[in-house]
Parts: sequence; C-alpha cells; structure tokens
Amino acid sequence: MAEIDTSGGGKKKGPGVKKAKKLSTRIDLTPMVDLGFLLITFFIFTTTMSKPKTMEIMMPTEDSIKKEDQTKAKDYCTMTILLSKEHRVYYYIGLADDPLAPPALEVTYFQNRNGIRDALIAHKKKVYEERLNGMPGHKADDEPVIIIKPDVNSQYEDMVNILDEMQINGLNTYAMIDITDVDKGFIAATEAANVGN
Amino acid sequence: MAKHKLPRKSTHIDMTAMCDVAFLLLTFFMLATKFKPDEPVVVKTPSSISDIIMPENSILLTVDPSGKVFFDYDNKKAKAILIDKVNTEKGLNLTDAEKESFKRGASFGLPFNQMKAYLAIDPINQKEYKFTGIPIDTTTYMANVNELAYWVQAARTAGQETGTPPRICIKCDASTVYPRVKDVIKTLTKNKIDRFNLVTSLEAIPDGSAAAMERDAPTPAKKPETKTQ
Repeated sequence: MAEIDTSGGGKKKGPGVKKAKKLSTRIDLTPMVDLGFLLITFFIFTTTMSKPKTMEIMMPTEDSIKKEDQTKAKDYCTMTILLSKEHRVYYYIGLADDPLAPPALEVTYFQNRNGIRDALIAHKKKVYEERLNGMPGHKADDEPVIIIKPDVNSQYEDMVNILDEMQINGLNTYAMIDITDVDKGFIAATEAANVGN
Repeated sequence: MAKHKLPRKSTHIDMTAMCDVAFLLLTFFMLATKFKPDEPVVVKTPSSISDIIMPENSILLTVDPSGKVFFDYDNKKAKAILIDKVNTEKGLNLTDAEKESFKRGASFGLPFNQMKAYLAIDPINQKEYKFTGIPIDTTTYMANVNELAYWVQAARTAGQETGTPPRICIKCDASTVYPRVKDVIKTLTKNKIDRFNLVTSLEAIPDGSAAAMERDAPTPAKKPETKTQ
C-alpha cells in the first residue's frame, strides 16, 4: 500500500547500460503513527477535561419559606453564619431570637486551621453529644442546622466556600437565606467593639 | 549447481495499517470534540470539592465581576424554538438569517431592544459587541418585566418541547458581590426554580474531613440531601 512500483515496467536494458540502483520508495510510517497517536491523546484529554465541574444547590423557595415555620430549628442545633466583607465570617450558636441577650459573635476566616471549618466540626460534635443527654427537647435524631446569611458586601466566592464547607464537613441540613437587619446590627456591634480594643 | 538461497526476511513492519487506525481514531475524536464556546467575558470561578459534571443541554447563566448577566443555551434545537417564541412574543421582527445567527451564536447578554441590532452583525464581528447584560428587574422578578426570568422560562419551555428539560447552571466570577448573585438566584427561586448548579473548579478534598472519610468508605455513602427551612 505504501509502496510504489518503480521497477520501470520490465524494459530490457541493453548491454553496457549501467543499471541504476533501485531506491526503495517504502516510507517509514512510524513517525506518522506517533504523531497520530499524540493527537489522539490530545483530543481525548481535551474532550473529558473541558467539561466543567458543578456543585448542586437547592434553595428554599418562596412557598417553603412561608409554609414552614422558621423557628422549627432547635436552639442548640442551630449555628448561624454571617458572611461579611474581606472574606470575614461571623458565626454564633443559637437562634438569637431574644433581643435582650444578643449572641456572642465569633469572627473567623476561611482557612484550613482554626477557621470556620474547625468551628463547624466543633458544632457538629457538640450537637451529637448534647442530643443524647436527655434534656427536654433534645432528641437523638437531632442534626446540626446551619443557617447561612451572606451580607451585601460579601462576595460570591464566600458563598461557594461556605457551601463547600457544608459538603466537606458532611453537614446536610443547611439553608441560605437573606440577612436580616438584626444580623447586620450584630456585625456592626462586633466591629465597633473590635475597633475599640 | 543451483544454490539454495534462504529467503531473507525483512524485519520491517508495515506501519500502514496502524497509521490508518491512528488517523481513523483521530478523525473520530476531532469530530466528537466540542470545543469550548466563545465566552463574552472571562470568568474565574471559585473552587469546590464537588465533582458533578455539568449536565448536557443546560442553560448557562454567566455573571461577570460587575454583575452583568449573560445567557447561553447548549441545545440548538431548543434555541430555534426559543428564538421563534421570543420573536413573536416580543415583536423583534427578526429575519431568518438573524434567527440562524442566534441559533449558532454563543453567550449573549443584552436587553430585547438590542437583540435585532446584535443579531444583524456578522457572526465574526459579534465578538466585539459590547454587552450590557440581561436586565434583571428586582421589584417582582416576574417574567413579564424581568428579562432574565423571561429568557429562562422561555428556554425551559422550549427545552420541554424538544424532550430534554434543561438544568440551569450559574457560572459566576469569584469576586462578584453577593447582591448581584442574589438577584440572579432570586430570579430563579421566585419563578419556582429551586434546584440548580453552580459552576466551580475542582479542588482536592481536605484530608481528615467528613467528605474525605465518606470518599474512602468501602460502601458508597448516601448522597447528601440539603434540607430547606
């Protein structure tokens, strides 16, 4: 297939005519095969790698917000996370429904050590321990509930990071809802207190 | 006396067949590859450990750092239905060539009243068009005034007609401020779309975390389910 017959059609040469050296026209196809497979590899990689990865998210719909009682979550199970400017994360335990006793806000960042991840792990552990202590309202199947409230000056990256933390730490009960003025007040108060120090 | 000559066997292997196979496969992969469509803006997505591959035939809403929203729909058949519907309902008076341009085009982000002008441009020059983003009305988020909601709903209906209901993916820049993202999410949730995907880039699962333990567990654990409040 890759050879071309160059024998000259069997024409008789006269005596004394020097026979020209027959050069082989056989082409070495190895480099071409190499190139072919190299390109195949390239195309295989690009096809599978160009598919972007996604994260699934389920938002509470308008109906479900109205229908279900917001205060269904138990006080000790709930952790509220407020995302603020400069990738700052504020969090507090409890529902903070008592205006006379504002919650103690902790401030942290997204980091692998002593960040929001450790706080989430600690909260999960605490809920798992406390749900078995037989206190009124504590049930053995209580799960930690995380409420995420991104502030207006937070970035999309913070939102994805916190949703990612939920996945990393195996927290399956969480909701992302709008920040309230009360929560904004908590942030402002904490910031003011930190400036004073 | 005739000399018995042993035939000298060549060690040369005929590569032709192999070459044929290689190029056949190459052709297959070249035709099967879908190249990344042109993107109107460069978006740097945040990273997550989630490794769900973006679904086929999805609606992609791209949000750039300034909050401009772009729409793309990865389903040519549905796009043809979509543009017909938009054309009649919004009275855009598009020609067949302009509809074809919409069908073939990639992401776009502009209000209805600029659609005709944009689609009339030669496809090669469409890249230079300065998009203003699809307007989002934040008073009611309803499709009659919120253009993004209209596009999403119309595209979903068109997708239903072709038999492949689309999933919605949001591809947003990491530095976009939350209120802009919230507008897009609210547009979806107000129109009863509560499940969608966020496009993220993949990062490694941190060692020792619950997710890492689940991954290393011998039996595949249940898929986490998010509960809403």
